[in-house]
Amino acid sequence: MNILSGIFDWLTSADNWSGAGGIPQRMLEHLTYSVVALALAAVIALPLGLWIGHTGRLAFLVVNLSNAARALPTVGVLILAVALVGIGFTPVLLALVALAVPPILVNTYEGVRSVDPTVPAAAKGMGMRGPQILLRAEVPVALPAILLGLRTAAVQTISTATIAALVSLGGLGRFVFDGLARSEYDQVAGGAVLVAALAIAAEGLFTLLMITLVSPGVRRRST
Amino acid sequence: MWPAMITFEHVTKRYPDGTVAVEDLDLVCPTGQITVFVGPSGCGKTTSLRMINRLLEPTEGRILVDGNDVRERDASVLRRDMGYVIQQAGLFPHRTVLDNVATVPMLLGVSRKEARRSAAEQLERVGLVPELGKRYPYQLSGGQQQRVGVARALAADPPIMLMDEPFSAVDPVVRGDLQREFLRLQDDIGKTIVFVTHDVDEAVKLGDQIAVFATGGHLVQVDTPERLLAAPANEFVADFLGGDRGIRRLTFLASDRVGLDESDVVDSTVAPGLLEALGDAGRDWALLVGADRHAVGWVPTSGVPAAAAARPVERTFNPAADSLRVALDSALLSPAGRAVAVDDDGRVLGTAAHADILRAVTDEVARSQRVEAAS
Repeated sequence: MNILSGIFDWLTSADNWSGAGGIPQRMLEHLTYSVVALALAAVIALPLGLWIGHTGRLAFLVVNLSNAARALPTVGVLILAVALVGIGFTPVLLALVALAVPPILVNTYEGVRSVDPTVPAAAKGMGMRGPQILLRAEVPVALPAILLGLRTAAVQTISTATIAALVSLGGLGRFVFDGLARSEYDQVAGGAVLVAALAIAAEGLFTLLMITLVSPGVRRRST
Repeated sequence: MWPAMITFEHVTKRYPDGTVAVEDLDLVCPTGQITVFVGPSGCGKTTSLRMINRLLEPTEGRILVDGNDVRERDASVLRRDMGYVIQQAGLFPHRTVLDNVATVPMLLGVSRKEARRSAAEQLERVGLVPELGKRYPYQLSGGQQQRVGVARALAADPPIMLMDEPFSAVDPVVRGDLQREFLRLQDDIGKTIVFVTHDVDEAVKLGDQIAVFATGGHLVQVDTPERLLAAPANEFVADFLGGDRGIRRLTFLASDRVGLDESDVVDSTVAPGLLEALGDAGRDWALLVGADRHAVGWVPTSGVPAAAAARPVERTFNPAADSLRVALDSALLSPAGRAVAVDDDGRVLGTAAHADILRAVTDEVARSQRVEAAS
């Protein structure tokens, strides 16, 4: 009960909600790291996943590389990146992108690949060109898988963006690591709760996108 | 609409591994007719179809539509001028039925509103109610999905339709419905249709012309269904057509020359003496008709001509419209062994025994052979 009320006090203390290093600022930093990393990962992984799924080329290589990348410890990648490019936003971004690319890539590829082959076949026979087949026939059907990949990547990125604090950057990780250093466990737990809340909010956002963007014909639910 | 004749000129499709899918195919698919490609699997029938809209390219030879090589046109543009229907329909799951049908007009640059309006017309044409247009493909039965597939292929009013086993994936009852409606539709639209099937009965039923392919991509025979059944080019075709070839030929023989007998057609006011006389003449049954001369049923000549005692007439034939196959079937299903002939309004014209029908078969076969010899 002590810990719970401690967290509650920390989260509701007005001091923590204002000024430099306050919760709003740290949350904004945290979101910035996560969104930039997720956007960058999407820019890399979405086109690649679509192309591999559509053409079937390089699938073996990419899927295996992605699975190998999933096994990489993110902190390890971060430290390696710091060793290579020095302290700053870049190594954090590298580590988070490396984390976010595999789920987006694999889900996008699998989503497009598992579209009923009669759909692109009919599209081609009706006179659609390659990009039209991909964008008008395959992507809308693969959209649930693609969004699932993005959602997984978003949740993982938000949770892991905590490590930015390890290399002297901001974000909600500051509360966790500073709290640990000062043995202020209410702050550690409070920071963790905020990270979890952001991750849950991201889940909710993608669930909402799923409902609004995916056709009822694909979700198989009446409107 | 413009005429559209498809011509294969020495078309060969050979794969890099040396497999020959189609060998030196020469064939004309006439304008406004249904040409059926039939044969066992691996005979090159689907490959031949897919070369027409350039989903595959011939290794040698060329394919002409109205005298123009199909390779002169951009493949995607060419395909929009040819309706394409495949076995599993291949509907877009994310689009409503209406938007599925509107696909090709929209590719051709027609406005969404206009495309949807014509799509609704096509749905009606293939026998679907407009309300179905708002549904998604997963909410339709297999037969309905196939109809949408046909509507989608028709939507841009292409002069040519390419149909690759379009009715193979539905159950036999639905398939029969789809085939009948397809023929009715074709009467209306008169497209040049190439129809691929492995089902020889379907080929005989639908084709104006049937092209029989053998394994290895050889075209063995091109003929009308009737001539195909009457004179298969070789043993392969005969085997492929199957055992009931003779019986199936009856489908193409008219029943208008079957000799009819009215003496056993009676109504409820018949004099008992007449029934007795029929019985004495070896007729165990008389056909009871109502005041409107519609058949009520078969009644025994030994009893009273009451509707309650009548055995039903299971099938009748119309000499003006039906084949000898229907006439024979009508006779075989009757307790009296006699077929019941009716006119267009269902009024009884008379009855005919097995023997009368078989006599008509002999005459018709002889006649068709004379016609053939003369031509």
